[in-house]
Amino acid sequence: MTITLAQLNTKATITWCPGCGNFSILTAFKRALVELQIPREKVVVITGIGCHGKFGDYVNVNSFHTIHGRVLPIATGIKLANKELIVVGFSGDGDAYAIGLSHIPHAARRNIDVKYVVHNNMIFGLTTGQVTPTTPKGVKTRSTPYGNPEEPLNPLALALVSGATFVARGFAGDVAHLTWLFKEAIKHKGFAFIDVLQPCYTFYNTYEYFRRRVYKLEDVGHDITDFEEALKKAYEWNDKIPIGIFYKVRKPTFEETLPQLKGEPLALRDISDVNIEKAYVFLR
Amino acid sequence: MGSIYFTYLIGGEAGMGVAASGRMLAKTFTRGGYYVFGMIDYPSLIRGGHNFYHATVSDERIWSLHYNVDLIIALNKDTLDRHLSKLKKKGSIIVDSDIKYDKSALERQGARVFEIPLTGIVKELGALTVVRNSVALGASMALIDFDLEVLLSVIRKELGKRKEIAEINVEAAKRGYSFVVEQYGKGVQCTIRPRSDNGHLVITGNEAVALGGLRAGMKTYFAYPMTPASPVLHFLANVQFDFDVVVVQPENEIAVINMAIGAWYAGSRSMVATSGGGFALMTEAIGQAAMTEIPVVVVLAQRSGPSTGMPTYTAQGDLRFALHASQGEFPRFVIAPGDAEEAFYLTVRAFNLAEKFQVPVIILTDKHLAESHLTVPAFDLKKAKVERGKIIVGKYEGSEEYRRYKITDDGISPMAFPGTLNAIVKVNSSEHNEYGFATADAKNAEIMAKKRLRKLELMQEEVENCEESVKVYGDERSPIAIIGWGSTKGAILEALKILEAKGVNVKFVQVVFLSPFPTRRLQTILKDVRELLLVENNVTGQLGSLLREHLLRAPDEYLLKFNGRPFYPHEVVSKVLEVVK
Repeated sequence: MTITLAQLNTKATITWCPGCGNFSILTAFKRALVELQIPREKVVVITGIGCHGKFGDYVNVNSFHTIHGRVLPIATGIKLANKELIVVGFSGDGDAYAIGLSHIPHAARRNIDVKYVVHNNMIFGLTTGQVTPTTPKGVKTRSTPYGNPEEPLNPLALALVSGATFVARGFAGDVAHLTWLFKEAIKHKGFAFIDVLQPCYTFYNTYEYFRRRVYKLEDVGHDITDFEEALKKAYEWNDKIPIGIFYKVRKPTFEETLPQLKGEPLALRDISDVNIEKAYVFLR
Repeated sequence: MGSIYFTYLIGGEAGMGVAASGRMLAKTFTRGGYYVFGMIDYPSLIRGGHNFYHATVSDERIWSLHYNVDLIIALNKDTLDRHLSKLKKKGSIIVDSDIKYDKSALERQGARVFEIPLTGIVKELGALTVVRNSVALGASMALIDFDLEVLLSVIRKELGKRKEIAEINVEAAKRGYSFVVEQYGKGVQCTIRPRSDNGHLVITGNEAVALGGLRAGMKTYFAYPMTPASPVLHFLANVQFDFDVVVVQPENEIAVINMAIGAWYAGSRSMVATSGGGFALMTEAIGQAAMTEIPVVVVLAQRSGPSTGMPTYTAQGDLRFALHASQGEFPRFVIAPGDAEEAFYLTVRAFNLAEKFQVPVIILTDKHLAESHLTVPAFDLKKAKVERGKIIVGKYEGSEEYRRYKITDDGISPMAFPGTLNAIVKVNSSEHNEYGFATADAKNAEIMAKKRLRKLELMQEEVENCEESVKVYGDERSPIAIIGWGSTKGAILEALKILEAKGVNVKFVQVVFLSPFPTRRLQTILKDVRELLLVENNVTGQLGSLLREHLLRAPDEYLLKFNGRPFYPHEVVSKVLEVVK
């Protein structure tokens, strides 16, 4: 049976602002699923709290709208229970880099085969415009009316030094490129991290800013196997801002290192009569 | 009462092998056909300080250690100073002849002192100093004329990972044994003859919970280390390949519980275990489990609080916390086993209930239950069966589109796991409609709140119809009742034995299910009770406040203890005698 874009639509009314970068991310994700022809039942989308959090309502696949910041642990649990599922987490920059930051380095070094997409609009949108860890220094927001006094976080550098095996940046202003990135991330075996520059049309409109600056790493012959070069590119944030795949390496995934996971998914194992007597040896 | 009650205490610094010796002795007596309850008391440090293992052995089932001691094994002088007051008249002390202490002071107290060259023997053997404890264990076997071979078999098994280490300890135990036999003869303290080994287990509450999880078909276990729950993690990590269970230690307790919820959403029965601080971090996600209607089993092994408190000491201070953790109103089970045997069966039950009602289940233990050893018969697996909830596996056959939160008469919606053919499973921590889409619609909110409430009504019935939700021991017709929950059961049951021997007949009411609260059952059980004595390991008498809330009845007397130490039977006995008077 062919998977079509229409099948991926839901009855829910989309409540994002007109012009919101989330639309591009949604479109690119659906296109990626169609182009890869992944059955809907096999996909699970996890979303956190924020404007991006409605994502699961708008795509007709399995979904888990979790509490603030916990996309990665939920995704990890799902993947361990059923390794055959394609597990894709979506977070905003507040969800991922503020309240949920503690999970990123660990998911990365564990190399769990989960995809993690961060809708990075550099602002809290749903709570009407407060500063986030990626808001540039000096920017005035509702919670920093005199300008943000803090240096922003560098998400790509963080992902790289944490050991993520796929690190990329996308731009919501380029749906075709984003679609390609999603496909590459899904095809990658291991933890895939994609930070998406996603302008917030209402509270922090950066479309023009990014459109003038972004360029594609594929166009400049970037070597995605070169870790140090990737790290250098992660710090490039001036007149030129790179998008594309920064780094990719194949390493054993968390699931592959666990012999218990060989064979059928845990969720489908027979648990009706577990023989615990073999553990009695420790209790005698 | 049993004809034999023998209490031993092994004391020394952390690192001297106190816990291992105590455990090996408990296993020795169990293999020798006796029953043991053994407690390890230790401060939160790795070297130095004072650790002691305190256990009572009996020829009938035993539920708690007794305070007064027949035999002290003193691996250092500190042990003598701290525990001499516990020694019974004519009790024995095994002491290293290398230790400087005032022997006459001990003898003035009526102690029989056995100086044994623990250090000397270890030096002769060329063994590490820690092996002193094996010499002492061997010596103790001679003092009570127990079969040395039983101890040796336990040492070989416990230390068997490295054969040469096991053998040197065996040799040390033999030397200790012969030394006593030659110097003093066999059975100077008393005679405890081994009986037949009936295959009983020596198990802690933590191990029982772990084993219960395995029996319940748990496939994923997540935990961050926290005393006193960490041994659940250690036990499961050890056997993970034998049972094909994935055991993960994530970055914090927030990740722990969210991973567990994610895993059960995808079809893998999951459990987490922690103590108060970790549970505090989990509270938000407990509400999430309730709202998304994803089952999860959370073990809360209480310790002395507030905050970091005394991490290695016991308390029952978190009852109200467990009952109310997380915002909003939702049903949950809170279950408190009273001993390790109950902990096993109730953990299996917890998994079944969690899945049947699609709610979080909290198992309340405490340090005293979680880390103490108890001799129990091998488990009856017929009484510990997996019962799956309304789950859909493989393929959804319904004619209409699958709705994760379908409105049903009982409030429970059939639960498909992602990956199920023809079913798209949408779960949502936001208020949602039947399909799982978020909505703030007023009418929907009311429908969904009522749906969750219908589960609560059903859960209440489950508890009221369950014999095990409240247990009654002793003289059921007595107008005097002790009421309690959790690990205080041990000391209370031992107290009942002592009281019965004195001709005082009271009953003990153990509340096992604390949410939903077994109101009707308790009303019946307490109907003719004139004097109600509340026993709790906390400051405020939290079960007492629940009795007032649900039964409109306050306890008449209180026995509360909140110094981090468990109740001893004699404390309960004294209080009851005071009440009876």
